[in-house]
Amino acid sequence: MEPFSTHTGIGVPLRRSNVDTDQIIPAAYLKRVTRTGFEDGLFSAWRSDESFILNKPPFDRGTVLVAGPDFGTGSSREHAVWALSDYGFRVVISSRFADIFRGNSAKQGLLAAQVAQSDVELLWKLLENEPGTRVAVDLAAKTIVAKDLTVAFEIDDYTRWRLLEGLDDIGLTLRSAELIDRFEAARPGRLPSTG
Amino acid sequence: MGKTLAEKVWDSHLVRRGEGAEPDLLYIDLHLVHEVTSPQAFDGLRLAGRPVRRPDLTLATEDHNVPTTDVLLPIADEVSRTQVETLRRNCAEFGVTLYPMNHAEQGIVHVVGPQLGLTQPGMTVVCGDSHTSTHGAFGAMAFGIGTSEVEHVLATQTLPLRPFKTMAINVNSADGRLRSGVTSKDVVLAIIAQIGTGGGQGYVLEYRGNVIENLSMEARMTVCNMSIEAGARAGMIAPDEVTFDYLQGRDHAPRGADWDEAVEAWRELRTDDDAGFDAVVDIDGDTLTPFVTWGTNPGQGLPLSERVPDPARIADENERFAAERALTYMGLTAGMPLREVPVDTVFVGSCTNGRIEDLRAVADVLKGRKVADSVRMLVVPGSMRVLHQAEDEGLNKIFTDAGAEWRSAGCSMCLAMNPDKLAPGERSASTSNRNFEGRQGKGGRTHLVSPLVAAATAVRGTLSSPEDLD
Repeated sequence: MEPFSTHTGIGVPLRRSNVDTDQIIPAAYLKRVTRTGFEDGLFSAWRSDESFILNKPPFDRGTVLVAGPDFGTGSSREHAVWALSDYGFRVVISSRFADIFRGNSAKQGLLAAQVAQSDVELLWKLLENEPGTRVAVDLAAKTIVAKDLTVAFEIDDYTRWRLLEGLDDIGLTLRSAELIDRFEAARPGRLPSTG
Repeated sequence: MGKTLAEKVWDSHLVRRGEGAEPDLLYIDLHLVHEVTSPQAFDGLRLAGRPVRRPDLTLATEDHNVPTTDVLLPIADEVSRTQVETLRRNCAEFGVTLYPMNHAEQGIVHVVGPQLGLTQPGMTVVCGDSHTSTHGAFGAMAFGIGTSEVEHVLATQTLPLRPFKTMAINVNSADGRLRSGVTSKDVVLAIIAQIGTGGGQGYVLEYRGNVIENLSMEARMTVCNMSIEAGARAGMIAPDEVTFDYLQGRDHAPRGADWDEAVEAWRELRTDDDAGFDAVVDIDGDTLTPFVTWGTNPGQGLPLSERVPDPARIADENERFAAERALTYMGLTAGMPLREVPVDTVFVGSCTNGRIEDLRAVADVLKGRKVADSVRMLVVPGSMRVLHQAEDEGLNKIFTDAGAEWRSAGCSMCLAMNPDKLAPGERSASTSNRNFEGRQGKGGRTHLVSPLVAAATAVRGTLSSPEDLD
């Protein structure tokens, strides 16, 4: 995973709450067995509507998505994160993220930055009034800056550290290989196996 | 201070307690795999030269893509076929047991695990599928994971996780029963409507109370299945005699002295009297009636006896906007009685309501009746076992005599990755779990309902409960 420290890009105001992962990428795009190229599926139903925000320049070049509460609910599909990343998004800002989506983002280096809903509203107004406004996100400082607006965001310290370092989870876990062996050896023999 | 059920299961699976901001490392007892969220995980293993650490704790089945007709033919959709074939190759290469299409044990992953007795109290169960919460009905800690986590579990049989908060959902009624015609699906839809799609974020839910205790194992699975629709990754129910009776004698359940030892251990798996929950929600079981969704998320639901809500009366700006959007998408007008909403399709099936008791409930309503001419009805068993059992009981005959289609096992129209889809603008009453825009086909409109409401709706042609048929 690429380390994430700061990112600056065009902010996209997505005035919708409960953006579930079926909207982020519909199931039809989940049949692929590859890991890349999911940008065509991003918000595919909504993008068929000309008035959708990502169809309006300069928002089509956006890299920082500002969405309503409960972003990423529903299906566990990591394809939702892949679609956002493949399209070019590096940061999603919302007042509430679904648990699985938040976890998946952290694995892929997509920053899920949690802010107060009142700050989402301020960002929406700014980005709508001045399309193309660039939003600067600083992970070390946990701040979002757009024009003269500065907003603090929340992220747990461990995820922040992993993103800053660009660390791979499996590699970290395998440092505890001996502990896993020991735990495994002590499991009751009556537990089921699939064979 | 005592521990909750969730804390007991968590603590008994700690490989390593995290220090400071670090997550805990949890051991995973059972990893279920299907064709959609696993190919990139197996690719990751290959790239890193890693084996599957415990193929004997891993089980794969084909469910999301599989057609429910012509199942003896190759899958017509080339992309679906490739995905299924990729799973077969991966399982062969990494030594993972797979139940492919037409195998006697094939079915939806969350139907297969429990019916084999693989899901047992106190276990940790994961799968690259958010409805893994289903298995919590046994007092297991079960939750959905993303593809990176699938790879992580395949490689290490563990997951780094921060502890969840705990939420008690108490469902009680005067005599512990639900009113006639009210099912566990109505219970969970009412819970989601009350706490919202984000209400459970960060929590493990524990369903408690006399109504829950009186539910069958299958009905409990329906409740736990939809925990994720309330935002909770996991939902649990303490194991009891109902659980033990269900498990005894199943293929992978312990036997002999192991069984006795297991039951003794399982009896400890309940929240201690002096344990505290981080949040508590009370649901009055006496007031529950058949419930349906009117909108495009599972929290937008109401009793069937109500009318389509008026967004203008919703105070919160975001919720009002969401309700307006939902009504436009759903093609509904505020004030319309829900009982008058006509449907084109009725879907019975899915990991929520595709088990034998669900099919029996549907057959009870359909027996001697006909599906309305305006309605297409699909009945899709959750597994091949359920299919065979239904046929042994003659349920399939009742369905087809009534004019419904009897299909083969799979996820089917719950998410429309196979040919079972709604056409744009079509409206369904569905026993599945998600009414998101386009979930059952682009432009399709979904009302989530119980099996009883599904069956009655098929007969009347508008959203209905069995009491409307008399």
